[in-house]
Amino acid sequence: MATADAMALRAFQYWILRYRRTWRGTVVISIANPLLFLVAIGVGLGRLVGPDAAALGGVDYLAFFAPGILAAAAMQNGIIEAAFPVAVNRGPGGAYPVAAGTPLEPEDILHGHLLFMASRVVLSAAVFVAVMVAFGAARSPLVLLTLPAAALTAMAFALPSAAWAVTLTDIRPVNGIFKWVVMPLYLFSGTFFAVEQLPAVVRPIVYATPLWHGVDLCRSLSLGTVSWPLALVHIGYLTCLCGLGYLMARRLYRRHLHA
Amino acid sequence: MAIEYFRAGVKFLLHSARFSTIIAMPDVLVEAAGLVKRYPPRDRHGTAFTAVDGIDFVLRRGESFGFLGPNGAGKSSTMRMIACVSPPTSGTLRVLGMDPLTQGREIRARLGVVPQDDALDRDLTVLENLLIYGRYFGLPKATIATRSARLLEFAQLAERGGERVDALSGGMRRRLTIARSLINEPEILLLDEPTTGLDPQARHVLWDRLFRLKQQGVSLILTTHYMDEAEQLCDRLVVMDKGHIVAQGSPAELIAAHSTKEVLELRFEIGEQDKAVAKLRDATIRDRLEELPDRVLWYTAEGEAALAVVHQIGLRPATAMVRRASLEDVFLALTGRTLVD
Repeated sequence: MATADAMALRAFQYWILRYRRTWRGTVVISIANPLLFLVAIGVGLGRLVGPDAAALGGVDYLAFFAPGILAAAAMQNGIIEAAFPVAVNRGPGGAYPVAAGTPLEPEDILHGHLLFMASRVVLSAAVFVAVMVAFGAARSPLVLLTLPAAALTAMAFALPSAAWAVTLTDIRPVNGIFKWVVMPLYLFSGTFFAVEQLPAVVRPIVYATPLWHGVDLCRSLSLGTVSWPLALVHIGYLTCLCGLGYLMARRLYRRHLHA
Repeated sequence: MAIEYFRAGVKFLLHSARFSTIIAMPDVLVEAAGLVKRYPPRDRHGTAFTAVDGIDFVLRRGESFGFLGPNGAGKSSTMRMIACVSPPTSGTLRVLGMDPLTQGREIRARLGVVPQDDALDRDLTVLENLLIYGRYFGLPKATIATRSARLLEFAQLAERGGERVDALSGGMRRRLTIARSLINEPEILLLDEPTTGLDPQARHVLWDRLFRLKQQGVSLILTTHYMDEAEQLCDRLVVMDKGHIVAQGSPAELIAAHSTKEVLELRFEIGEQDKAVAKLRDATIRDRLEELPDRVLWYTAEGEAALAVVHQIGLRPATAMVRRASLEDVFLALTGRTLVD
């Protein structure tokens, strides 16, 4: 028998084969959409805000906004890549039960799909970072590290989403996640404006949300203002979310695919 | 031409069957004793549900075996346990001599599974569906390509390899699912309600293909709630009801044990049935009468003689038909209910 790694690669191949058919549709939502935000808000609105607004820490709006939207788009991509496909494929007629009937174990199915999710979010983030640099929105060579930072942010949302979605018998709750989780986080995690501009009472709530950690990590790297102890807190927080999500997903995949 | 493909199919599908004839010993494929499957409550307000409640059976190589019963009888749960995608709650289960709890991978590598809902990827082509399934079993691409060509021929889909699954009819999709399940040259083929939802013509084509597989020595295990399907395909049946096995044997044995040779079916005008049944009961003390909402069944050795009695006692049924007893009658005798409610 092949090793578990080889088994996971077999599951991964399925997603690659599918992607060869469906990649066009994914470009719009995961790459074009955040880039349009970058241009419309970063460049357009940025002109109105003007350079060196004090609240932004003395940088122009585009340089402030670009790493923020990079992290927010990573969150969105992480949830899109996990919640929808998992909810669709876990049930009758989906890809999971088919794979479960072969030598693959639920863990192999999970690992193969996670590998694909990771590839997708890395690809989307890489395109975004490249455009960001081309627009002159980066202030430091450390901007290269925003790629792993964005990928970590994405997976911190993807893993718990996958764990949750594998329990669903119906895809509708996934839309609710976009309304009630993605939108508020997208708007209020320091993506469009500095958290310091918010009233002092709500700031701790923002600091507790995972997206703020991703935003602050990406922004401090891109601007070259990174404080390494704080960066470690961000990385630790996001890694914990990944770890918890993974452990939950492992249990729930087995429970639901081998019911 | 067709014969040659058929021979090629036999050759490549059946190394396992030849193996068993060479060593010439009765080979137990699946063995269950006191097998139970209980599902936990769905939420705090729910209750646990016992789908399979202590069943015993033995399946031997080369035999076609059917689980017959209405919806909710526990057939699919039993199939899922054999397929090693559902751990038994208690009891023992051995598949191919191995334990599904610890050797699920090894067992599944030697099984073919045809789920009821096909579960093909509709965005992919016919060949891509076979490719990815073969990859799940770790088969090299070249092997998959060779086998795919033969299997599509077998499934009468040879011209359709490049088409998207979306473009296929229901019958074609089901045949493709069977072709897919054979990509790993399985020793056992598990089919869950293989012809449910297909039109009569597509069913007959499918039965023909399954019959060929059986001839080639693949052991079929299927669930069905169609009597004609069970009679066509199964050497041996277990009849399940509410998680229990209520009878087992060959179709002919079951009919002999639980029914008469012939059945007289009588339909009466609306409102006439009760009076007619009362009259019949007086006349037929030794035979069994079964009252259904729309008709009366008289279980008898001689249908025509029984019909003569009906006329003799002055009954005028709207329609009367003598037929051979079927598994439907067996099920009715065992459970007091019809199969498809």
